[in-house]
Amino acid sequence: MSAPRSDRSPWNWLLVIPIVLPLITPFYNFDSPRLWGFPAFYWLQFSFIFVGVITTSIVYQMTRRPPVTPAAPAEQSTKPAEASDE
Amino acid sequence: MSDHITEIVVFTFLFLLVSVMGFIAAKWRRPTDMAHLDEWGLGGRSFGGWITWFLVGGDLYTAYTFVAVPALIFGAGAAGFFAVPYTVVIYPLFFLILIRLWSVSHRHGFVTPADFVRTRFDSPLLALLIAITGIVATMPYIALQLVGIEAVLKTMGVTGESALARHAPIIVAFAILAAYTYQSGLRAPALIAFVKDTLIYIVIIVAVLYLPYKLGGWGSIFDDANAKFQASPAPGDGITLNANNQIQYITLALGSALALFLYPHSITGVLASKNRNVIKRNMSALPAYSFLLGLIALLGYMAISAGVKPLPGNTAGSVDSNTVVPLLFDQQFPAWFAGIAFAAIGIGALVPAAIMSIAAANLFTRNIYKEYIRKDATHAQEASVAKIASLVVKVGAVAFIIFLDPQFSIDLQLIGGIIILQTAPAVAIGLYTRWLHRNALIVGWAAGMGLGLWMLYQIPNAATKRAHFGGSAFPLEKFGFDTPKTIYVGFVAVALNLLVAVIVTLILRAMKNPEGVDGTEPDDYFADEGDPRLEKARTTPETLGSST
Repeated sequence: MSAPRSDRSPWNWLLVIPIVLPLITPFYNFDSPRLWGFPAFYWLQFSFIFVGVITTSIVYQMTRRPPVTPAAPAEQSTKPAEASDE
Repeated sequence: MSDHITEIVVFTFLFLLVSVMGFIAAKWRRPTDMAHLDEWGLGGRSFGGWITWFLVGGDLYTAYTFVAVPALIFGAGAAGFFAVPYTVVIYPLFFLILIRLWSVSHRHGFVTPADFVRTRFDSPLLALLIAITGIVATMPYIALQLVGIEAVLKTMGVTGESALARHAPIIVAFAILAAYTYQSGLRAPALIAFVKDTLIYIVIIVAVLYLPYKLGGWGSIFDDANAKFQASPAPGDGITLNANNQIQYITLALGSALALFLYPHSITGVLASKNRNVIKRNMSALPAYSFLLGLIALLGYMAISAGVKPLPGNTAGSVDSNTVVPLLFDQQFPAWFAGIAFAAIGIGALVPAAIMSIAAANLFTRNIYKEYIRKDATHAQEASVAKIASLVVKVGAVAFIIFLDPQFSIDLQLIGGIIILQTAPAVAIGLYTRWLHRNALIVGWAAGMGLGLWMLYQIPNAATKRAHFGGSAFPLEKFGFDTPKTIYVGFVAVALNLLVAVIVTLILRAMKNPEGVDGTEPDDYFADEGDPRLEKARTTPETLGSST
């Protein structure tokens, strides 16, 4: 089961935040405090969009493959050619 | 109708403009050979970051969404805002799961999720079920795009009394759409999406700056909405959630997110992109549309504040709440700008309708025609069958709207979201593990479908006085719990599906039921642009058997 490549990374755990946070209604189901007239219920959920953007951006930057990532095994720049089933 | 003449002129001009673009799209990013399903059905699998952003954004956020979500907020308040958490949750899921589907599809030349299931689980029956589920779930979704256009046309007063006069503009619009989709394939919606999304962004930015200024500020908009919900006798409404609809809110948001990424049209949009990084970067950029959708949702409150009264529905005594947003624009904007806003919604219907019909056509071609009718179909035959299938799908969608009550399409779309979720164990979990047995997946699928349909059948709608298919919020008291809380049907159904699949897997494994050959390798799930592709359209078990 030793795959030459993997998309496993501890950074992926960061993506749990934007998946779980918007689903916990007790965190944001309030009218006050209001922001620019928006009840908390609305502006907090709008802010979750930015949480999603920030976390996916971080994970993308940290798990990019081609520009030599620190954690990944570095020797697989040559394509593993075993996959062809011809 | 004369007082809408400016709106109609602007609308028609923009509509014709995108129609021309749709036909020109066949030459855009000139394909080497259009007679190949990869070209017609996936735009050559070559779209970069910007095109993917516009395409997937135009694909996921449909005209129906733009019309129906504010209508829901208008009617029920906070419960309709589930669209925002729903579209936040979806992108990390895409990022983690769908990226693997892109890789394995790139390697093997898969065009549909059913292609993947066929090779992964070595089960033509399971693949057929996935394909049929996808087609059945997509058809009413296309029909609903027509409901979006119809809401706009109704507001402009270009709908006559008789059934034919009422639908004539839609038939014309869809005939044009069908013609350029046939001609240009996925390139047409990709090109048109630029216009559609630009218009939508302009309209919404203007709306959220200008309308609150006219209506006395955001604070008073929310207060007006609150006053309306306080006065109404309905128990579930309000500008925040109450004790009984929170589970519904959460499960609906999560369930809808899971359903959306299993819909064939979202997968088509993702598979058309060029490499993994394009997809990953887009997961940070696509939430711009979620922000937009949140603002659009709030148009429902603005409509309350502005005192909009929805137009009457098709049956006497009912109201068509989908006309709320078009009416708001009609009342508050100068006519020329209302025309642009209407065009944005109208064109907004064309992009997803085109992609959905292409996705359904791909499913039919790859998983029914090629699997059962003509196993040795060439690439050119596949492409021409898909083109014809896309026409059939669109005629079907128009027929839905003309001959059936639009309510029927809305019901079917509701069902569609729930049945497409039943493909999750095979498609989404299948991308990670082959532990679930292929036959157990079939049994689980059947169990989830059965329970989901039964639950939907049990839900009455108090507002329209219908006894069945009244919504997706299932009262938990029907399961024997002593509570007024509700839960999203799809969530319960897919949970049962998974549970059954696990149990049956254990049983089948104990019985040593054959599991078939996995046509994929672990490395396939990480393949990227530039990696060698398996030239064969499909890795059949026979060829695999001979090579191992």
